[in-house]
Formats: sequence, C-alpha cells, structure tokens
Amino acid sequence: MAPHPGGLTAERPAGPAAPAVRTAGLVRSFGDRDVLRHLDLTIGQGEFIALLGRSGSGKSTLLRAVARLDHGVAGSGELSVPERVSLSFQDSRLLPWLRVLDNVVLGIRGKGAKEAGAKALAEVGLAGREKSWPHELSGGEQQRAALARALVREPQLLLADEPFGALDALTRIRMHDLLRELYERHRPAVLLVTHDVDEAVELADRVLVLEDGQIAVDLAVDLPTPRSRRDPRCQEYRDLLLAALGVQADASADPVHPEPVHPDPASKPAPEPAPAPVPATAPHPGRPHEEKTAHDPQD
Amino acid sequence: MTDILPTVRTAKAPAAQGATAGAPPAAGAVTATGTATATGAATAAGAATAAGAATAGTGARPATARRRRLGPGRAIPFARLTGPVVLVLVWWLSSATGYLDPRILSGPGSVAATFVDLVRSGRLQDNMLVSLQRAGLGLLFGVLAGVALAVAAGLSRIGEYLLDGTLQVKRAIPSLALLPLMILWLGIGEEMKVVVIAVGVTVVVYINTYASLTGIDRRYVELAESLDLTRPQFIGKVVVPGALPGFFVGLRLAVTASWLGLVVVEQVNATKGLGYMMFQAQQYAQSDVIIVGLVVYGIFGFVSDAVVRAAERKVLSWRRTLAD
Repeated sequence: MAPHPGGLTAERPAGPAAPAVRTAGLVRSFGDRDVLRHLDLTIGQGEFIALLGRSGSGKSTLLRAVARLDHGVAGSGELSVPERVSLSFQDSRLLPWLRVLDNVVLGIRGKGAKEAGAKALAEVGLAGREKSWPHELSGGEQQRAALARALVREPQLLLADEPFGALDALTRIRMHDLLRELYERHRPAVLLVTHDVDEAVELADRVLVLEDGQIAVDLAVDLPTPRSRRDPRCQEYRDLLLAALGVQADASADPVHPEPVHPDPASKPAPEPAPAPVPATAPHPGRPHEEKTAHDPQD
Repeated sequence: MTDILPTVRTAKAPAAQGATAGAPPAAGAVTATGTATATGAATAAGAATAAGAATAGTGARPATARRRRLGPGRAIPFARLTGPVVLVLVWWLSSATGYLDPRILSGPGSVAATFVDLVRSGRLQDNMLVSLQRAGLGLLFGVLAGVALAVAAGLSRIGEYLLDGTLQVKRAIPSLALLPLMILWLGIGEEMKVVVIAVGVTVVVYINTYASLTGIDRRYVELAESLDLTRPQFIGKVVVPGALPGFFVGLRLAVTASWLGLVVVEQVNATKGLGYMMFQAQQYAQSDVIIVGLVVYGIFGFVSDAVVRAAERKVLSWRRTLAD
C-alpha cells in the first residue's frame, strides 16, 4: 500500500508492550442507565478482536466510545486510542454525490491522495470503478469501497460495526476472506462488532462477549488461519460462545446464526403438496444480489 | 445466474404441485444446491423451474412479461414545449376565425408585426437589457445572501436562533409590501429596484436551502466526524452537495420571483424596462405591445427555468429519482 499522503507511515508509537487501545474503568450512561460499567479492555497492536453481545449489551456504545464519536454521552474512565483510527459502518455510508474514488479519499489532503485511493480500490477488487457513482455498485461492492476508504488512511486501529450485517450470505463469505487478507497484509488492530458467532470465530484472534456493560468472556481463538466454520474445532469455540450468550448450542434452530450458507442436503424438497416449510437454511429472501450483478438501467 | 439460492427455492413450488412434471426439476435443484457454485447446474435448475411452472399451469403471468411500471417512463427531449405550442395555436385559431376581438386581444399576426417593429427601432432590446440587468443583479445578490444565511443558520445554533425566526417572519410579509419603505430608504433609483428583487429572492432561496440542509442525513455527519474532516471540507463535501436539491428548488422559485418583482418595481418611476414599456402601451391602448411584453416575459421565464433545470440535472446527476 502506498505511503499515507500526509506522510503518516510513521513507526508505531512505542515498543511491543504498548497496546493499541486501552480502556480502564470506562463508564458510559444514557440517562440513569449505565451502558458501560467500569469496562477494562486492552487491544494489542495488530490484534484482531471480535466483540459479541446481545442487542442492548453496549457493543455499539463501546465502539462509538473508542471511535470518540459519542459526543454528549455522559461518562468517565480512561481511554487511549491510536492516532489513526478508521471506522466502518454497517451501511457502506458512501456519499451518494461523490464518485467512488472521491469517497475513498474523502478528507485526505495532499498530492498522491488519488493514487493511494486508486491503489486501495484495486486492493479490494474495485480497480476501474473509480468513476462510478455509489448507486451503480452492488451492496457488496459498496462495502468494499467503504473498506478501501478505511484502509487508505493506513489505520493503526480499524473499528467495524457489523460491517457485513446487511450483505447476503455469499457476499459475506467473500468479504470475510477479503477482510482477513487485508488484515494479514496491513496488520492494524481490529475491533469487529458482530452478532454472528461463526464470523467471530472464523476471523478473530480473540473473541469478547459483552454483557451488562462489562466483558463477560474473553476467549482466545487458538487456531491457524484461514479457518473453516466446518472445522470441528471452530464448532467447539462456537458452542462455547453460544453458551456464554445464553443460547442452546443446537445446530439447526439457533437465532444467533440464522444463515448457514450451503443448504443442508437433508432438507430436500418434499413431494407432498403443501407450501413446503422454508427450511432453516433459507437464504435472505430480500437481497439475492451478488457482487457482479450488472445493474439494469431501470432498476 | 447469480441468485442460485432463490432459484432453488422457487423450484420447489412446481415440484410440489405437479407431481409428475415437477419431480425431475426438483432433482436438478438438489444437484445445484449440492455444488452451490456450479452455475451450469443452476442454469439448468432455472430453466427447469420455468418449464415446471408452465406445465403445472399455475403461473398467472408469463415469464417474459415485465412488471407494471409506476414511474412516468422515459422522457422525450423538448416535449416540454408541447403545452406552450398548443396555447399559441389556440390563440392563433381563435383570432383567425374572428372569435377574438382585436380590441381585447390582438392576434398573433399583429403581435408579430409589432414585435418586428419594436426590434427594428431598438426599443425592445433597450428595455429588455435594462430589465435583464435589474433581474440578474437582484437574483445574484439574493441567491448569494440566501445561501449564506442558510449555511449560517444550518450550521450554528446561534445562527439558527438569530436568523431562522427572522426570515420565517419575513416570509410572511410580501417583498412588495416593503416597497414603500424601500423607496423611503433608497429612493427611486436602480438600487431600490435591485434590492427589492434581491430581498424576494433571498427568502425563497433561504427557505428551501435551509430545509434541505437541515435534512442532511445524520449518518453522513457522523461519517464526516469519523474521517476527521475539517469544517471547510465538511461544508464543501457534505453540506453543500447535500443541500443542493433544495437549493435548486429555491433557485427555480427565485427566478420566477425576480421576474415578478421586476414588473412591480418598473412601475415606480422607471424610464426604461419591459414593465415601463408595457405601462406606456396601456396608456395608449396598444394591446399588441403589451402582448409582446408578456410574451418576452414568458420566454424569459421559460428559458431561465430550462437553464436552471439543465444545471440541476447536471449537478445532481448522482440522483436517481422518479422522473429519471
């Protein structure tokens, strides 16, 4: 990747001991409800962390606190984060009035910005799409462009708030591979908020479970990458985490993991003339779009 | 064939309904699910689905029929002129058939003759230039002021508290009602005329730009914060483009407002201008000159609106709307 146009290819602040993120006694409250309660968290340099938790457990609050985007939220505690932090959202959040390349280099000053942006786009597989409008990209492509926008800043810390939540199952698999690949190449510290336990186990070095504003589980995933979610060792971690989230680790009907990708061969279409119950393996009905789907001009 | 999975699912319906015809496609579908990426198999499953639906006889709609379109469809270039052309035709027909008394309204023929006379003598061009200059200056100052006020009121609370209420009150007062005061302050010269037009323009530009600006998605503001944009960058890349749709609505109204203001201010001690020319004609009962003036107003209004629309289409080309 090209050096940051601002000349920020700097050495990391300190020796191996200095963590990328450190919070101590972090408190964030809305009204009289404490969402984060004296939360202590340390993320090492280049460490890939997945953060799980039920809705309302404070995942997003923590992420926004680390991103220092929580203006007006009452709180206290210590928080130290690196200088260059990139944030990617659940929606790609490309500005619809800027072309893809201009979105990627948004806010970057100096020459070389355009080249760095083009390089980042090529890295996420969007070479040649610099001049496209965001609405001309498919959902997966938009999310790739957002990833390029995060990367071009050469972040020391990448915060991702359910970045694949809105993608269809096939696109999501490709995005997992892409994210892991980019991570291996650039080695930022990553804090990935997700509610997909498989995703967490597959991608992260450490999985945290947030509960009642505190970290309830801190589980190192000690498996070589790339990992397959079919790997029985992954399944073990998955069951552990599901149990921690209070879900019975029963394969077919767990709500935390609604979308296995390959339909189970056992659920062959039954010949009886009934509106066959949609098997638990059904894909997203809403967005069957795939990466390369050409957009119909009238669509 | 990218949507493999939905295809597989729809393949089940005919399989269930037409037992004999449906069974083979169902088998094909299962093969497709097994390999998932084998597009060939998926294509086969898709074809089988169509065939299955046809044989089962349950498909209410043939597979090739498009859905009903709810947008108005593709636009024909210059078709916007149809309405005005029809209007002129009706006018011409009714005066040619003698239905229209020339003392009430001259026919297109005599209006055209008068038009040629006025152009030959240079009277029309002189008056037009003066009017154009007044309207143009008023529009320019008004638009600048309106945008500046909208940005100030939209981006700072102090600006909002000071400006928004004031301008909303001003909106309730017709600009033309300020005319007596303006004459008192600025006299009856050109300044007064330009200022009256500019004030009217400012308000419509402000109202629409401000509404659009404050409607900018909160998520984009958050994005700008997460990218550490400076305030000028934020205004240039997020605020201004985000407010442009409303700005153009305001601009189109403003163009109309500037012509409207022109007619009124040119009644006040003007010695030149289209409005002046028309009032002169009224005194001498020259309805053809009045019509020429009206037509020129109309053409100016139409052309300026078309120019703004064209600019809007160009600048807002990133948008996909119902009209596209």
